[in-house]
Amino acid sequence: MRAGSAGRLLAVIVAVVGALVLQVTVLPHFAWRIGGLGVVPDLVLLVVVATAIATDTRFATLAGFGAGLLLDVAPPADHVAGRWALALMVVGYVVGRLVHDNTADVGRFEPESVRRPPVPLMLAAAAGGSFIGTSVFALTGLLVDDAAVAVSDLLPVALVALLLDVIAALAVVPATLWLHRRLASDDLGDRVRVRA
Amino acid sequence: MAIDTRPVRPAQQAPARRTSAQRDPETDRGRPSRALVLALVLACTTLMVLDRAGGEDSPVQPVRRIVGEVIGPVQAAAATVVRPVAGIPAALRSNGSLHHDVAALEAENAELRNQLTKAGYDEHRLGQLEGLRAVAGDLGYALVPARVIAIGPAQSFSSTVTLDAGSDAGLRPDMTVVAAEGLVGRITAVTNHTATVLLIVDATSAVGGRIGDNLELGFVRGHGTLGTDDRLELELADRNVVPKIGQGVVTWGSEGGAPYVAGVPIGKVVKVYESLRETSYRAVIEPGVDFTSLDLVGVVVPSGTEGRVIEADGSLQ
Repeated sequence: MRAGSAGRLLAVIVAVVGALVLQVTVLPHFAWRIGGLGVVPDLVLLVVVATAIATDTRFATLAGFGAGLLLDVAPPADHVAGRWALALMVVGYVVGRLVHDNTADVGRFEPESVRRPPVPLMLAAAAGGSFIGTSVFALTGLLVDDAAVAVSDLLPVALVALLLDVIAALAVVPATLWLHRRLASDDLGDRVRVRA
Repeated sequence: MAIDTRPVRPAQQAPARRTSAQRDPETDRGRPSRALVLALVLACTTLMVLDRAGGEDSPVQPVRRIVGEVIGPVQAAAATVVRPVAGIPAALRSNGSLHHDVAALEAENAELRNQLTKAGYDEHRLGQLEGLRAVAGDLGYALVPARVIAIGPAQSFSSTVTLDAGSDAGLRPDMTVVAAEGLVGRITAVTNHTATVLLIVDATSAVGGRIGDNLELGFVRGHGTLGTDDRLELELADRNVVPKIGQGVVTWGSEGGAPYVAGVPIGKVVKVYESLRETSYRAVIEPGVDFTSLDLVGVVVPSGTEGRVIEADGSLQ
């Protein structure tokens, strides 16, 4: 468990930092323009979703919290810190619970499944995660009076973001799962051995 | 982790598909305890409250700075790689490209001063301004050139970008950021090598603006990131004055030039409507700057700042 924990922690850190840099530097050039700045696929959120699929709910919740915290303080963020942390934490928890409670165990215990989670599951998890994440982030903004945006304006952005996230999930989630497989393979082996 | 005391079963006999009864303890192990979830939610809430209440002196600020020091250079490197690929500027960047930068910036500076001279604002004020300049010494606009290296996503509902110059280049919070076409925004935070800029189209941004033709004062507010037009709005202090379509709007500046220096063009009036509730006129401003394709910008610094600075007279230090 110990070596494996370090492995998947490393996998998450690499994936999150990579996703963050891609999200703010590369993607804005290809963004979906809805007025001012473009809506881009939320790669960090998708990494958290993939982590929730590949590992367990507990780890996904913690990973979501950490990734959100980074998103909150890394430039060019200028909103009240803690908002993305809460949003991604909820995403990790909810996606983790849904995936691991309601489907015949995907991922966590069977190496075959880690390799290939069903595509519909991936897309559903990305869509749900995206909607929850964007909504929680927007609503906390209203609560702490951070961004003066009307509720009617939130919906189109959330929907466009959802669409882009689902498309991006086709690439990002498998990539993150691959990373998990590479960096946490010892862990997996251990677990299979322990179970057998 | 509990010790499993059940007799060990040979691997071959393990069922291919486990029943839910056997899966339960496993799922429970992977599930966060209620205390953990609660602790994390509380941590987020505390953080929000702390950051919100602290304002500029919030305890999160140093953390932002440290993270910025680490992530900033990575973003700059990624932006350097992406820029030629995205085809934003044509040339590949190399050591020799510094000369091109200088030429481009000199042109930008000349154009900027040109615009200032042409604006109706300056026709009124030029004489006084020259006198004021003599008295105030150096209220001329020296610019530190910088490039945009990261852009915040619209899902964050705030319009912020990162520049590749920071406190090492003499930047600090509340400095004015301009582009060749006009006002871009103000700096809200700096690290050694990066600076975060709040664009004037952000919903929380309010800039003191005046109509160049008749010097009427008002406030220019951003409308957030949504809608392709109606992104800036001018509300005049004098309720009897009706803005006219086509009039230019410039900043009227703040004390000590922070956060906005005076006389920077913001945009043009494209639409005027009457606000019944507040019995005043509002004008929709079309910004001169295209915020979706920001690249080279200048930060207004005090004259004589060390480093790579374009002085107001066009000379390069």
